[in-house]
Amino acid sequence: MNHYPIWKNALIVFFLFISALYALPNIYGSDLAIQISGTGDYVVQDQDVKNIKDSLEANEIDYKSMGLVDRRIMIRFEDSQSQLSSKTLLKNTLSRNYVVALNLAPSVPQWLSNVGGKAMSLGLDLRGGVHFLLEVDMEAVVTIAIDRYYNELRTVLREDRLYKSIRKEGNLLVVSFKTENLKTEAKKLIKDKLSDLNIVEGSETDLQLSLKISSDAQSAAKSSALKQNITTLRNRVNELGVAEPIIQRQGSERIVVQLPGVQDTARAKEILGAVATLEFRLVDEKNDLQTAVQSGKIPVGSKLYKFKSGEPLLLKTAVIVTGENIVDAASSVDQDNSPMVSITLDNAGGRTMLDTTKEFLHHRMAVVYIENKVETIVEDGNTVKKRSKTQDIINAATIQGTFSNRFQITGLDSAREARNLALLLRAGSLSAPIEIIEERTIGPSLGADNIQKGLISVLVGFSLVLFFMGWRYRVFGLVANLALTLNLVTIVSILSMLQATLTLPGIAGIVLTVGMAVDANVLIFERIKEELQLNKNIQKAISAGYAKALLTIADANITTLIASLVLFSFGTGPVKGFAVTLSIGIITSMFTAIVLSRAVINLIYGGSKSEELSI
Amino acid sequence: MSLRSFKLPTIDFVNKRKYALVFSALLLIVSIISLGLQGLKLGIDFTGGTLIEVGYQQTADLEDIRTKLVSANFTGTNVQYFGSDTEVLIHLEPQSISSAKLSTSIIQMLGEGIDVRRVEFVGPKVGEELTNDGGLALLYALIGILIYVAFRFEYRFALGSITALIHDVIITLGVFSILQIEFDLTVLAAILAVIGYSLNDTIVVFDRIRENFLSTRHIEPVPIVNDALNQTLTRTIMTSLTTLIVLLALFYLGGEVIHSFAGALIIGVVIGTYSSIFVASSMILALGISKEDMLPSEKEKKEIDARP
Repeated sequence: MNHYPIWKNALIVFFLFISALYALPNIYGSDLAIQISGTGDYVVQDQDVKNIKDSLEANEIDYKSMGLVDRRIMIRFEDSQSQLSSKTLLKNTLSRNYVVALNLAPSVPQWLSNVGGKAMSLGLDLRGGVHFLLEVDMEAVVTIAIDRYYNELRTVLREDRLYKSIRKEGNLLVVSFKTENLKTEAKKLIKDKLSDLNIVEGSETDLQLSLKISSDAQSAAKSSALKQNITTLRNRVNELGVAEPIIQRQGSERIVVQLPGVQDTARAKEILGAVATLEFRLVDEKNDLQTAVQSGKIPVGSKLYKFKSGEPLLLKTAVIVTGENIVDAASSVDQDNSPMVSITLDNAGGRTMLDTTKEFLHHRMAVVYIENKVETIVEDGNTVKKRSKTQDIINAATIQGTFSNRFQITGLDSAREARNLALLLRAGSLSAPIEIIEERTIGPSLGADNIQKGLISVLVGFSLVLFFMGWRYRVFGLVANLALTLNLVTIVSILSMLQATLTLPGIAGIVLTVGMAVDANVLIFERIKEELQLNKNIQKAISAGYAKALLTIADANITTLIASLVLFSFGTGPVKGFAVTLSIGIITSMFTAIVLSRAVINLIYGGSKSEELSI
Repeated sequence: MSLRSFKLPTIDFVNKRKYALVFSALLLIVSIISLGLQGLKLGIDFTGGTLIEVGYQQTADLEDIRTKLVSANFTGTNVQYFGSDTEVLIHLEPQSISSAKLSTSIIQMLGEGIDVRRVEFVGPKVGEELTNDGGLALLYALIGILIYVAFRFEYRFALGSITALIHDVIITLGVFSILQIEFDLTVLAAILAVIGYSLNDTIVVFDRIRENFLSTRHIEPVPIVNDALNQTLTRTIMTSLTTLIVLLALFYLGGEVIHSFAGALIIGVVIGTYSSIFVASSMILALGISKEDMLPSEKEKKEIDARP
């Protein structure tokens, strides 16, 4: 008799239930939606939801639902007409604290989302969008670091007039001295204060030595440059209004930027390459702000600036230092545990800052963020490039003491704000150029085509296989078909649970899995037939068939798994997508084709005294 | 229904191996000559360059597009219909200034009313890296499989399966070279999948050969291999057929983007099926497999006894 113990059957049923549950979100479609989130520090609140509701209702725009989830407001619409008109409306009415982006929101029922059910995310090739691979110019990063250390070295050694000359030679700093004593003293000082500089072995002569940046410091500079650029890019992508962008580092010098649904790639390219700077200015404290704002008369030597929130402030026109002078910025806390940002300026900036802070102690100084943007717009049928400049005050604080190239900005509200400011400052000092080295754009029409064609080929291929198996193996064939169908469900549910991205090659992987998953059942069934041929009774034939085929199936699948794991680790983009679904498919097919099909066969024939199998 | 009546086929595969040898050698020679002379038509994934797919409302005027490209001083361009005559594929070799901006300027030049379906730009450096990574992937896959099979079976089986795999890969690449079908990243993925598939087939046959060596009184390797091939023949054909069915569905219905991917797999599955019957088993016979080689070590024996 062939029986599975009850616990085993229960486990199988439980497993299938979970699979079906988590595959379920994929059968619901998605709603046209607008997603609103806060930029930088700002977090959207319930009040915003109310305001947006009022504003949409005032303009008689219909929407399906609106809600605040995960710090994002999601507004769903019935048709694209109202989606687009609300986007225009909200973009114009909401301040720049908000990112307004078009999105497709999966319409998974609440109870399903509550248990964590999510639909698979579709790759760019299926939903349309653009993929950029950007490369940071690391040679430039090293050159910049050399310049910085050159200046620091001079500053450190100048105090006691230790050196005769310092010059840059490629990636080396060559220092010469008047006497050997001075050299010894300098070496000690460098060891103490500039531990990132190492003496090049064998370069030292009586009155000269060569220094190089330690490899640790070099990779730190490179890694910092990469992080800065990612931050800058993220801010810029926010400006583009993209829902669910992906911006992540790839390797040591590259950044992947994926913008789903973005059609205007020309604009995306311009924005990603835009140049932004910072300026430090003194606050004009002599003239009254209210008068200036109300009368519109701006005092000579001053200029009206605004905070990001819109609050105005009068600043002096003379710039103390600009973002080009910032070489580094980091957030931390001071002795009182209040947040601060440490800034490092270059030499020239340091000197100006020292002079200014001496003169204007206890006055206020503001940090202004300036960005130059280029937008291509269509005007009277012609495409015109529109250049615009935004200037926002990101901070205005009182100068507490004199400082030069290293100073702290305190008086910040929170540690988070300090972190953001430091990031912003570093982002502003984006000095390593980036270049787009790979672009893959899929238009919306091709994306839709790909989904449709992918689905049709899966369905047709799948149905043909079902038919073929049913014809060849009768009842056993139908059991194999059940296993195959549940295999498909399991693959979909695992992809959904992992939130893996489904791409066209991924669909091809699923299709191939369907073809190969039947192999396990074919092996088993052919084996059962052989056993029947040897005049075994049906129960013995079934159990011998499964047992003998098992090892073959395991061997065959493991070797295929090896190949697909290699694909996964070496592949990029499309190849990876294929490898993921193929690997998952191989594993799930082992379960459905062996364990599940056996359970069903047991149910049908397990207690049967019949002499014949329908195989 | 003769297919349903159960009777093991008794085809003398082993005796036909000399024909198979000639056939395989012929295919390999033609493939290698073609690969040597005209090579593969590498896609921009490997060469770098720009690819733009645009859709027009009406039939596209290829000459007009070519003239525009020439007058804008683009070199090494290739303009062709893609799928239908309203869709055009423009392929640019890496230009003197190779940047992502090229595609933007070309799209602007083509004018209004076109539907940009796909843009791919691959910088020359990236192309080089992808080529290296692709080659490495192939190599590592082969090594990984070699180790696994040597560990699970015996070194002669490992050599036999690797020979069959190299045979399959060279012939599949050869077909791509002879027909000058574009070879891109997805085709590389397909070739790797073919390795997995073909191996799957070979392993099933090897498994049966091992089993037969252990379970029958025969000592002669030739009838044992012949029996194993016949016993697994129905399964080999069934699995190949089901896989081919879905691949044909992909090939005809999956769209242009997946076309060469499905094509590579179809060629690979056919060649892989053939090689697992004729090439791999001939190889282990030629290497002199015998019953003694199959006797399991004490540890394995216990495992086999413990099987249900």
